[in-house]
Amino acid sequence: MSSVRALIGTRKGAFILTADGARERWDISGPHFAGWEIYHLKGSPAHPARIYASQTSGWFGQLVQRSEDGGKTWEAAGNDFRYDGVPGTHMWYDGTQHPWEFKRVWHLEPAPADPDTVYAGAEDAALFKTSDGGRTWQELPGLRTAKGHLWQPGAGGMCLHTIILHPERPERIFVAISAAGAFRSDDGAQTWTPVNRGLKSPYELPDPDAEVGHCVHRIAMHPSRPDVLFMQKHWDVLRTDNAGELWHEVSGDLPSDFGFPIDVHTHEPDTIYVVPIKSDSEHFPPDGKLRVYRSRTGGNEWEALTRGLPQRDCYVNVLRDAMAVDSLEPCGVYFGTTGGQVYVSADSGDTWNPIVRDLPAVLSVEVQTLS
Amino acid sequence: MIRVVLPYHLRTLARVEGEVQLAVEGPATLRAVLDALEARYPVLRGMIRDRATLCRRPFVRFYACRQDLSHEPTETKLPEQVVSSAEPLLIIGAMAGG
Repeated sequence: MSSVRALIGTRKGAFILTADGARERWDISGPHFAGWEIYHLKGSPAHPARIYASQTSGWFGQLVQRSEDGGKTWEAAGNDFRYDGVPGTHMWYDGTQHPWEFKRVWHLEPAPADPDTVYAGAEDAALFKTSDGGRTWQELPGLRTAKGHLWQPGAGGMCLHTIILHPERPERIFVAISAAGAFRSDDGAQTWTPVNRGLKSPYELPDPDAEVGHCVHRIAMHPSRPDVLFMQKHWDVLRTDNAGELWHEVSGDLPSDFGFPIDVHTHEPDTIYVVPIKSDSEHFPPDGKLRVYRSRTGGNEWEALTRGLPQRDCYVNVLRDAMAVDSLEPCGVYFGTTGGQVYVSADSGDTWNPIVRDLPAVLSVEVQTLS
Repeated sequence: MIRVVLPYHLRTLARVEGEVQLAVEGPATLRAVLDALEARYPVLRGMIRDRATLCRRPFVRFYACRQDLSHEPTETKLPEQVVSSAEPLLIIGAMAGG
């Protein structure tokens, strides 16, 4: 029988939640790396027992941990993240140039076919790669030549938080950076093009044609339709049908189009999920009601999913990497909150249940479907 | 032998309990002790000082004999009580936040 394993990164450690395919009874293990910030964990699609974790601390810096047994035991892998050559500078808050400084890894993306190859998205924004299972890391410096001198950190830091590997063309990679925008490489990360046409950020960017500087919060793709991408921007939910050449807004009737995560249903490429947040000044749900919104039309027309979610006095946030889907039938949808709740819907979002209510603030959620 | 007390999280990473005792060749400077510590516990590389510059991480402090050695040049010889094992070198995660 199938089972699922949810990998939860929090401000104070990692937790691993497991259940059978019914997704009703959950075992919870953790905290792993107690007291450390675990920005992200992700398993290898090629070897699901291999899990990578980004372990970080304001005191002691960055580690990458690796498990070979589905998260039961861990070994520290390499932690030498050095920018290629002279790091150069990017835009600072006061308009001056500021040197690139490595702070942490926000996102780990194992390659589909090779468990030893992993991409890492860093703050200050850069893309790193390992080909030896995390022992050594090399920067892919072409990305920072895509107008990197104009990139500027947002309030959360200048982080590379999204890495999407094309399911059939390994040379095509998408990344997203706050607050620089979305970028695409068609030659295996050697060269990069900003793909931000159609994004409008009038409050943050006075130049309507700005190629970079957009505060992209998250991008999602369905593997069956890799030219279609969905984006949750600082404000606005957007869609592209041509691999980022042009985006158009699909916020439609959302109560707020500010938010962080966005994800796509495993079996329905036009069914997408967002969690509207009131505003960039008030990082909590509108009206104190925690509602996931689902569009079955690829955007514009949205329905509120409320059953099982708190509909009063709820003031948590859902961060950009804290939503995931499994590949069971029906599709399971998961998200974690800054209040430490992890919710699951085993019916594509119609009803929700908390798996656990009192974890530290959740930074990331990933789900592995195991057979 | 130089006695070194690591902060909790670094003891966990290095999988040690209590103090660490290190043999240091040559002058017992802070740098020599950190070199010996990282040689024995490679997982600590980059955790106490920057891998490239060898500069102390901002929220790590070095104390010994009721002195703060954090701002001393790393080539400075450690206090005699530390060299003689009478006192440990304390590596501290600084108070930060609320």
